Amino acid sequence: MYSQTEIIKDTSDTEGELVINVGPQHPATHGVLHLVITLDGETIKKIEPHLGYIHRSIEKMCESLSYRQFIYVTSRMDYLSSHINNLGCAHNVEKSMQIEVPQRAKVIRVLMSELTRIASHELWLGAMAMDLGAFTPFFYAFREREMITEIMEDTCGARLTMNYIVPGGLMYDLHPDFQQKVKAFVKQFKHKVTEYEDLVTNNVIFQNRMKGVGVLSKEDAISYGCTGPVGRGSGVHCDIRKIFPYEVYDTVEFDEVLETAGDSFARYMVRVREMNQSIRIIEQLIDNIPEGDFQAKTKAVLKPPKGEFYTRVETARGEFGVYIVSEGGTTPYRIKFRSPGFSNLSALEHMAKGSKIGDLMATMGTLDLVIPDIDR
Amino acid sequence: MANEEIKEYISSIQPTATFDETGEWLNILTEPSSWKSFAKELRHSKFDFDYLFCLTCIDWKTHLTMVYHLSSTTYRNTIVVKANLDRASPEIETVSDIWRTAEFHEREVFELFGVVFINHPDLRKLILTDDFEGYPLRKDFEDPINMIKL
Repeated sequence: MYSQTEIIKDTSDTEGELVINVGPQHPATHGVLHLVITLDGETIKKIEPHLGYIHRSIEKMCESLSYRQFIYVTSRMDYLSSHINNLGCAHNVEKSMQIEVPQRAKVIRVLMSELTRIASHELWLGAMAMDLGAFTPFFYAFREREMITEIMEDTCGARLTMNYIVPGGLMYDLHPDFQQKVKAFVKQFKHKVTEYEDLVTNNVIFQNRMKGVGVLSKEDAISYGCTGPVGRGSGVHCDIRKIFPYEVYDTVEFDEVLETAGDSFARYMVRVREMNQSIRIIEQLIDNIPEGDFQAKTKAVLKPPKGEFYTRVETARGEFGVYIVSEGGTTPYRIKFRSPGFSNLSALEHMAKGSKIGDLMATMGTLDLVIPDIDR
Repeated sequence: MANEEIKEYISSIQPTATFDETGEWLNILTEPSSWKSFAKELRHSKFDFDYLFCLTCIDWKTHLTMVYHLSSTTYRNTIVVKANLDRASPEIETVSDIWRTAEFHEREVFELFGVVFINHPDLRKLILTDDFEGYPLRKDFEDPINMIKL
């Protein structure tokens, strides 16, 4: 697929250097990411990511799909934050068409977003711990994640690509058991979160493998466009829920989690503490879901006016932007998805350069890359 | 800071730039030849546009338009800078040395739209295969096998 021989030929005259391929199939890349790494002994000199193994050209596809249809494709980008991807796109259409979403739908959207965020961070925690050689956290994390996927299955009919949030509100109303099941989950999560602390956070082996590894300074994080837990681990104030509040985020109490060290451990701590903040938001809203419609009345065919519209939401990985250029027709003229993973990946070489190859797994693990989100 | 102040500043450093305020943010249309020096000024101005959060291109069938969404993490001002390029031989200076996130985004635009970024450190295909022909996100691109049309 790629002209590998050329790359090897380039470095063959430099003595002592070794070019190795990590991926496209590698346990630590969690998808088909291909890294060509130039090593000097054990030290990383260069990392070249090769993307596109699951590129589906979603942006081109969206140009021939209507404003109701393209939402379904976006669930397949960052499949761990599909609710939030749907929300970003629904926002854009609502903004351009000036649709007022009912309060009930707004609250449910936030609840679903936060449940998705916890589920995504749980999967990341298990997978990252496994990359660093621990097997038990994976099962612990999936035990709680399973409760969330069951809640999603009840209401949305799907466990991963939900397609529940649509322009104007929601696809269907909540399942009658939703509140009771979410409360059971919150209770279980609060009881079990100490287990993660004991197993991972306070574990000396983990701390030694993560502290001081893959350091990203605040200036570099901004320059590389790193957002989400990667940006906040470097002290960048970048939580879209706080800076540009959408839905009901301005009425609930939660803290933006910031760490200043910028290393792998800081990014780890941001995600673990963020899960607790998400639980805080859920607790405030779960008993206060207003009655009423779950969908605004909209026309069958959506035709946003001519113009350019940009909306952004905070997914589990960072700032997700949707840029739509409309010509007034039934399909977007041009659509661009600013995916957080793409920008976060671009900082990988900068972070890992000069470190040992063994530390690459810790750096990559805490970047929390989802490959379909990068390739689109 | 209001848009008026930014407009005044930009008019002083880039007299040929034109403004459009119909959208959500201030849109600035600049000449591609002066974009690099303009970008440097913006980055180091008192408005401190340090965060390039979106870089893309639009094919208008007659010409291509580069779109840069810039923001400041300190002051939270947002501006959109655009530059029109010739469709037959689109060329513009890279800004990857000013905002490093641009390196990957420019490579993506290079392979999907065919825009050549002058002085880019590593302008190769990122997503598509090396032997792929054509620019998929241009409006006249036709793929006989994999095209989705409804």
